[in-house]
Amino acid sequence: MQTVKMVVTGPYSSGKTQFIGTISEIDVVKTERKVTSEAEKVKDQTTVAMDFGRITVDNDLILYLFGTPGQRRFDFMWEILSEGMLGFVVMVDSSRPETFREAKSILETFRAYAPTPYVVAANKQDHPEAWTPEDMRIALRLDPNVKLLPCVATNRDSVKNVLLELLYSILAEMEK
Amino acid sequence: MPLRGNLRDFSTTQLLNLVNLAKKTGTLTIEGPTEAAQMCFREGKLVYAQMGAEDGSLPLVLRKVGKLNDQQAQSLKQRPESANDKALGLLLINAGYVTQADILQSIKQNTLDITFRLFTWVEGLFNFDATGAPPTGRITVPIELDNVIIEGSRRLREWEQLQDEIPNLDMALKFVDKPERLKNLNLSVEEWKVVSYIDPKNSIKQIAKTNNMSDLDVRKIVYGLLQAGLVDLVRPISTRPLGNVPTRKPLTAEAKEQEKSLVNKLISRIRSL
Repeated sequence: MQTVKMVVTGPYSSGKTQFIGTISEIDVVKTERKVTSEAEKVKDQTTVAMDFGRITVDNDLILYLFGTPGQRRFDFMWEILSEGMLGFVVMVDSSRPETFREAKSILETFRAYAPTPYVVAANKQDHPEAWTPEDMRIALRLDPNVKLLPCVATNRDSVKNVLLELLYSILAEMEK
Repeated sequence: MPLRGNLRDFSTTQLLNLVNLAKKTGTLTIEGPTEAAQMCFREGKLVYAQMGAEDGSLPLVLRKVGKLNDQQAQSLKQRPESANDKALGLLLINAGYVTQADILQSIKQNTLDITFRLFTWVEGLFNFDATGAPPTGRITVPIELDNVIIEGSRRLREWEQLQDEIPNLDMALKFVDKPERLKNLNLSVEEWKVVSYIDPKNSIKQIAKTNNMSDLDVRKIVYGLLQAGLVDLVRPISTRPLGNVPTRKPLTAEAKEQEKSLVNKLISRIRSL
């Protein structure tokens, strides 16, 4: 049995747990706790160690999806989770520009951990306040070669698209 | 009661505030992770500071601010007067190299530069010796601590923001556009020093080391270049990535085909979901 791993990272409350939950065939193994910090009370619960989802490909191959904790004080988990990953997705909440800087910083940190392909998912595109992916590309100062994909993490097709684009990037990297 | 502890629990800002309010006299020694620093105070005023192995002598201070070149500083260090900065200062003033104001301003600047660097230290054992005094022969310039604390706190906030913007100095830089764009820009000498080393092979840390710049200085310059859209952060070509993750080894043709087949399987599976 072979297992491969992809990591879903991004700032606090960017939709990582939802993203994994939408596509995982098992109930996501969540390590959520009640939010205690007033400043971070955008939602009631947050991931403190990791989220864990699974997609069985066939009898010999399983894809695991790991979601990183979004709060900076748990960033010691990031490097552990990034070990051996095939690629990673950076989730960004399109409706919260105040988190863009943090998203960019997380992206750079993960790039330094491992030379694997990645894509950026502009999540919550269904939100009325969502920035367009084009504007987000400028705000996040993303290279034109980096895939910035519109995403609604509650929508299965949208999540599938993000994962497929990441896999296409991985394939393209292998063919170089 | 000895005044000692760790910056983790009592910051540089708090220490200077204490010295200022209590009008203390003595020497504060801080042992940071890589080097030690000393600050001397007289009745609550900062009078002298020294960092690491730097001897803080007048020739060295004047060289740092560009009043002397390396050769002049070296030859002055050989002279018998070099043990006494006051005697050496008089010699330089009489010879017309510098003015008294130059000397006092340079020493003050050097003391402040060292002190401001200490504001960014978050870890280090400190010890205040009430009997400690500046090394013999050094010229001391009294500086009020109120403004130092305000400016230091401002720089600390700036430092924290810069750290947030550029968290990893192991990253390298590449030009976003053609470097010809730089011809029309007004860059300072320090900025040019950084620009001249921009190459995906050089990490920011290496650029800082080569140019003898502090982390704060190089971050400031890189931040400016990033904001101007001239450069972008990239992973250095020649260095290993951070942490224990090995770089991707070149695959054999067979292994490559296996990996491609695995990714294709994943693609098919996700498409079918």
